[in-house]
Amino acid sequence: MARQEKKRDVVIVGLGWTGSILGMELCNEGLDVLALERGEDRDTVPDWKYPNVADELKYGVRYGFMQKPRNSTLTIRRDLSETALPYRHLGSFLPGDGVGGAGMHWNGHTFRPMAEELELRSYVERNFGADIIPDDMTIQDWGVNYAELEPYFDRFEKIAGISGKAGNLNGETVEGGNPFEAPRSSDYPMPPLDQTVDSNKFADAARKMGYHPYPRPAANASRAYTNPYGMQLGPCNFCGFCERYGCLNYSKSSPQTCILDALKRKPNFEYRTNAEVLKVELASDGKTAKGVTYVDANGEEVFQPADLVILAAYQLHNVHLMLLSGIGQPYNPRTGEGVTGKNYAYQTNGGTALFFKDIDFNPFVGAGSNGHVIDDFAINQIDFAAEGFIGGSYISSGTFNGQPIRSMRLPAGTPKWGAGWKSAIKEWYGHSMSIGSHGSNMSYQSNYLDLDPTYKDKHGRPLMRMTFNWKDNDIRMTQFMKGRIEELAKSMNPDIMQSGYKSKGAMYDVRPYQTTHNVGGAIMGSEPNKSALNRYLQSWDVHNVFVMGASAFPQNIQYNPTGTVGALAYWAVDAIRKDYLPNPRPLV
Amino acid sequence: MSEANFKLNRRSFLQAGAVGTMLSAGYSANAFAQSETPHLSDYQPEYFTADEWKFIVAATDRLIPAEGDGPGALDAHVPIFIDRQMAGDFGNAADWYMEGPHDPDAPAELGYQSPLTPAEAYRAGIAELNALCQTEHGAVFAELDKQTKDAVLAALDAGEIKLSSTQGADLFDLLLQNTKEGYFADPMYGGNHEMAAWNHIGFPGARASFREWVGVEKPYPLGPVDISGKRG
Ligand SMILES: Cc1cc2nc3c(=O)[nH]c(=O)nc-3n(C[C@H](O)[C@H](O)[C@H](O)COP(=O)(O)OP(=O)(O)OC[C@H]3O[C@@H](n4cnc5c(N)ncnc54)[C@H](O)[C@@H]3O)c2cc1C
Ligand code: SF4
Repeated sequence: MARQEKKRDVVIVGLGWTGSILGMELCNEGLDVLALERGEDRDTVPDWKYPNVADELKYGVRYGFMQKPRNSTLTIRRDLSETALPYRHLGSFLPGDGVGGAGMHWNGHTFRPMAEELELRSYVERNFGADIIPDDMTIQDWGVNYAELEPYFDRFEKIAGISGKAGNLNGETVEGGNPFEAPRSSDYPMPPLDQTVDSNKFADAARKMGYHPYPRPAANASRAYTNPYGMQLGPCNFCGFCERYGCLNYSKSSPQTCILDALKRKPNFEYRTNAEVLKVELASDGKTAKGVTYVDANGEEVFQPADLVILAAYQLHNVHLMLLSGIGQPYNPRTGEGVTGKNYAYQTNGGTALFFKDIDFNPFVGAGSNGHVIDDFAINQIDFAAEGFIGGSYISSGTFNGQPIRSMRLPAGTPKWGAGWKSAIKEWYGHSMSIGSHGSNMSYQSNYLDLDPTYKDKHGRPLMRMTFNWKDNDIRMTQFMKGRIEELAKSMNPDIMQSGYKSKGAMYDVRPYQTTHNVGGAIMGSEPNKSALNRYLQSWDVHNVFVMGASAFPQNIQYNPTGTVGALAYWAVDAIRKDYLPNPRPLV
Repeated sequence: MSEANFKLNRRSFLQAGAVGTMLSAGYSANAFAQSETPHLSDYQPEYFTADEWKFIVAATDRLIPAEGDGPGALDAHVPIFIDRQMAGDFGNAADWYMEGPHDPDAPAELGYQSPLTPAEAYRAGIAELNALCQTEHGAVFAELDKQTKDAVLAALDAGEIKLSSTQGADLFDLLLQNTKEGYFADPMYGGNHEMAAWNHIGFPGARASFREWVGVEKPYPLGPVDISGKRG
């Protein structure tokens, strides 16, 4: 029998970005809030103080801050006929673990999506006709539009303290920002970061080609800043240990630097670490949740009753918990019926490296979100019918780090070892840059999540199974970007240039790091038979369960997810406060 | 490894003339010069047996040779790094999901699927490769001449030599990855001796503060520091 704890108004599963936002906003509402975090407690001091954190092997290569597959992983296959095998050590994506979640070791590229992306199916049908959508492509509208979300993007940018430059202020184009973005009600709370050598050269070349470079919106503070919760950030020093590390300088926006110290002071907030939630417990009619069961630090099972359950455990774990708890009908890829696990999608990236013998780039001078971006080939700039694909990319250049184990770019044909390798690392380290394409990834009938029939976790629960592969549409998109980027790169006259983009027939490879931008599986939408959540991130079936995170994305946007994840969290919690709490019920 | 074994290791090392060979063929002149830390040749492996250690020393010496500008793997004490990694969490796959069933014939893109930990894969793979060298070249890997060593490593890299004992783990990939890690990681892990690899490429180590260098297009003048605060 599980031990039972005192009932709470709210239990939050996971204390990363979304768990911290929901915790703060619901505490401000006067509710009694408990957050359960499976990992360790973590804070700037002692966990990522200087100099200990500047340790590439421990954190960059051995994934010191991330999820340990021994404790939590999933299985992966590329299609319905393959046998899924465990993701035994990390590679392609790096889920967080511990207070702060992946929000403590992210890079901080903080974008809003394009307005068109939130209504993608309608946008495509309206402008190009439904017949350009391939049969197996299952893209949907989100059920919420950009104008509705705008105040919440603004809110998240001010809480997180984003450095950037608006390109469209209330409909007026602003020089130096992104002219293709949807209108914003105010500028970023801080001016953009200064830029590194590669970023500036890219921006010059892009301008010469008639493109519109703008500084990447950065969750790395360019100034001293105090956010609306009273939390303070100091200016980023381009330490070059950002992504995969905690910030040694209180400059990177994270749950710790932007929310948690203020939240921890509230008497109606409590959090428990080493508390892994196994399941959401449903009432006998299946229409509400009674609370959650978790395992505490001593391995004891605990039942935690609560009136409201918030899943904020990251995309993968939100979906896994829903599948294990029977929330929403599991998706069936053969019939297309069911919702939980539907529309898993990823990010379609590629890049071109440029080598310049005589330029000193000093690649160790880097910040997580440094760089310039162009959106001239973004989703709302492309004629899908003419180009033969649905999607788009942002194209960017900037240095995040020059750590030598991971970031040693060498010209193709350089020996991998031996005397040739040793002389090449001296010749080329610090003399190259790259231009990347960060692209959308559509959803498809056969890319989805369910429970694995064979492999179990340490608690005896089935692992989640991911079925995912690259599809022709997205490969055509990334090949199109290759063409645009190579033109741009050539105009910069590098000594050597080489490209890496997926080409036809590419199979998903779990080994190299790609992005931790896993999306879908518990998608939002306006019809209960097509999405797991309604437009307020509320489960259609179990109305006191709200599910945060990129699991709600019906397909992936061309941008990094967290700007949207943060805005959706503020949007959902506003609906909870104003509409749900006074009268708990299905909101739609 | 027990003390007794280790002594055997030292003795067999000398008997095989390995140190002599390494001095002439492997080490660049300054490595033995006035270093205060123990020499690589005095290191007592925690994980590897005598024969395995000889292989690790010989193989890393070919992967990053001493010849030419910059430190070789032995100058950088890479073998010490690898041994410590094998004795620690990495070697034991402490963070990895190791439950069966295992499918060693799985497509490579589905990632590591061997039932062996990295440390076990090294053990099995080195024994098999040494046996193969013995059959084909009349001596274990460490005793081959440079050219033959390079040819064996190249064949292993290209998949022309396939080791079955590692059950799907790729010994060459592990070895090359760990060699580069040991070359570039902070010296506290045993390799990158005196920050020589950082000096070689111009990486300033754990300095981690470059506010005034943002956008500056000229060579950074300061040498590296490590996490313990030493300057390289
Ligand atoms: C290396 C890296 C770089 C990134 N860079 C960017 C970027 O530049 N821009 C961008 O937009 N995004 C980036 N991301 C993604 C970003 O970190 C995530 O989008 C964001 O953190 C998601 O917030 P979340 O609240 O959904 O999950 P998280 O912040 O990860 O928090 C989830 C928390 O839930 C906990 N948890 C999970 N399961 C359970 C359970 N069963 N019981 C209890 N607790 C549980 C986890 O331990 C974790 O602490 C990056 C991610 C990584 C890993
Ligand atoms: S690059 Fe800037 S924001 Fe990132 S960890 Fe370093 S100081 Fe912090």
